Amino acid sequence: MRKILIALAFALFSGQGMTAGGGGDVMSADADVTDTASLQNGAKLFVNYCMGCHSMKYMRYSRLADDLEIPESVVEEQLIFSPTKKIGDTMTNAMPMEMSEKWFGAAPPDLSLTARVRGADWVYTYLNTFYRDEERGLGVNNLTLANASMPHVLARLQGVPEPVLEEVHSGGQSKLAVVSVDTPEGSGTLTEDEYHELTRDITNFMVYAAEPVQAERERLGVYVLLFLIVLTFILYLLKREYWKDVH
Amino acid sequence: MSNGTRSNGLLGWIDARFPLTKMWNEHVGEYYAPRNFNFWYFFGSLALLVLVIQIVSGIWLTMNYKPAAEMAFSSVEYIMRDVQWGWLIRYIHSTGASAFFVVVYLHMFRALLYGSYQKPRELLWIFGMLIYLVLMAEAFMGYLLPWGQMSYWGAQVIISLFGAIPGVGEDLALWIRGDYNISDVTLNRFFALHVIALPLVLVFLVVAHILALHEVGSNNPDGVDIKKNKDSNGNPLDGIPFHPYYTVKDLFGAGCFLIVFAIVVFYLPEMGGLFLEKPNFAPADPLKTPDHIAPVWYFTPFYAILRAIPDKLGGVLAMGAAIVVLFFLPWIDRGRVRSIRYRGLAYKLALALFAIAFVVLGYMGLQTPSDVFVGLTATRWSQIGTTIYFGFFVFLWIYTFFGLEKTKPVPERVTE
Repeated sequence: MRKILIALAFALFSGQGMTAGGGGDVMSADADVTDTASLQNGAKLFVNYCMGCHSMKYMRYSRLADDLEIPESVVEEQLIFSPTKKIGDTMTNAMPMEMSEKWFGAAPPDLSLTARVRGADWVYTYLNTFYRDEERGLGVNNLTLANASMPHVLARLQGVPEPVLEEVHSGGQSKLAVVSVDTPEGSGTLTEDEYHELTRDITNFMVYAAEPVQAERERLGVYVLLFLIVLTFILYLLKREYWKDVH
Repeated sequence: MSNGTRSNGLLGWIDARFPLTKMWNEHVGEYYAPRNFNFWYFFGSLALLVLVIQIVSGIWLTMNYKPAAEMAFSSVEYIMRDVQWGWLIRYIHSTGASAFFVVVYLHMFRALLYGSYQKPRELLWIFGMLIYLVLMAEAFMGYLLPWGQMSYWGAQVIISLFGAIPGVGEDLALWIRGDYNISDVTLNRFFALHVIALPLVLVFLVVAHILALHEVGSNNPDGVDIKKNKDSNGNPLDGIPFHPYYTVKDLFGAGCFLIVFAIVVFYLPEMGGLFLEKPNFAPADPLKTPDHIAPVWYFTPFYAILRAIPDKLGGVLAMGAAIVVLFFLPWIDRGRVRSIRYRGLAYKLALALFAIAFVVLGYMGLQTPSDVFVGLTATRWSQIGTTIYFGFFVFLWIYTFFGLEKTKPVPERVTE
């Protein structure tokens, strides 16, 4: 039911909303917020690789523990790194804003709602389109978000992809542009499939965190609709009964 | 229950002091409505239902919302995440806003189909148009409150339109904002207007709309005056008491509506970016203009008309005229036949074209002006749509004023 409805909505409203921004194709993350194992792994990866710089200031550790079925003691031991943080606190970090602007040129944005603004597929594609670019201060660039001032924090796992250049014609001129990225085999500790899986888990977690209630919302909707359908049927019978004497 | 006998007990005690039974009979129990209402006649009661949904969900939202620039966005996320059932209340309210316009647009289209604005229902129509106007202001101000990027920049664009008015324009825009930009001051006053002033006006107008309706009686799909044929008791032969017949029928309509409403609330609260625009999940940033600013879908037909005119003042005037012209509809249409069933072929075609143009304008208002659709830019399509929109009224006046319309005979009584 949900799949059909969502497919219908996309069929109706496709062509609006999503614009890739950079070059290259948008990859499909196939996000699924009911995949608890993926969300758990995503949460672990997020606090380890992303939260050094990024915050998730609207997300509470206790909510995460509840929704992702992780015991609070495990969250406290493995996901909360700051000694001053408690289980009911939000997922913020200790990086001072002014310093981070100095270090990266721009403060790392809060990621609570990024998946809702950009869409799951954009996040997933972004994590898969870093490429080597010696002209950038950090040695990498991103095909999805051109000149992003973010280092490739997953480089040890993925390796650093090389840009694929192609002649692109626009407005009568042709120039070399990056059209896709290519990761040399064995440059990271993970295979390409493993890296896709890992970035999908991070994406999935970000989709969950952007609207933590969504799985619950879709579960509840079934009961609400069933109730309304039964109620409406009874109302229909009531109407038919009263209207027998009209005409 | 009849007027002659006085009831005893509590009801009798009340009736001696307050016209409770009298009011009930006048507006519900003995209000005779035509018996041939069809699908289009559900949307009046549904609009009332949505109004109640919006007021109730709105009251609960204000319990946790903070109308301050520094806190507004966070308080909405707080409602979405930490307030018990806050997400449900918020989605009901955001979906309700769009549902209100869906229902009202269909309700207005019904009036065009069956000539419900014609004599003696001109004032009824004008009250309805005023409701529509206040509803647009209410929705516009409500959309600023989440303090997202689209809230902020949408309001910035719309209020700056007042600046196009010669002479007083800039001062007027400044007066509305209370600041040189949309700011905390603007948010505070929009909150006040959104939760108190405009809902009060809206409820007052709805009461006036219903009183006017019950004074002149409901129109029907045949456009026949049912008061012309009465039985020995003085009740219309083609009328049935609103209660119980239309109360049970409208309850069934409400059930169907709520099913669709729940599907949106639980499965499509963003409606693919139409009901909740994606950029609005990023907090308002006065220093970062979004690439593409589009109002919510229910304003886009008028936004498209605005953008269709190359001149800013001209665009603002055209947009205003598009709404003002609707007020004059009862006097533009000089036809004597109400229902589309018995009107001339040209009217049927013109109305169909008008409806299509309105939808096309709505679609084009969402697009970037330079985008190309079937060989024409969005701007060009908007210009075509605008021409048809205004052309409809010009056509209608000429068609009816000069007696060019060839109508079919209207039956004496309503048909099945």
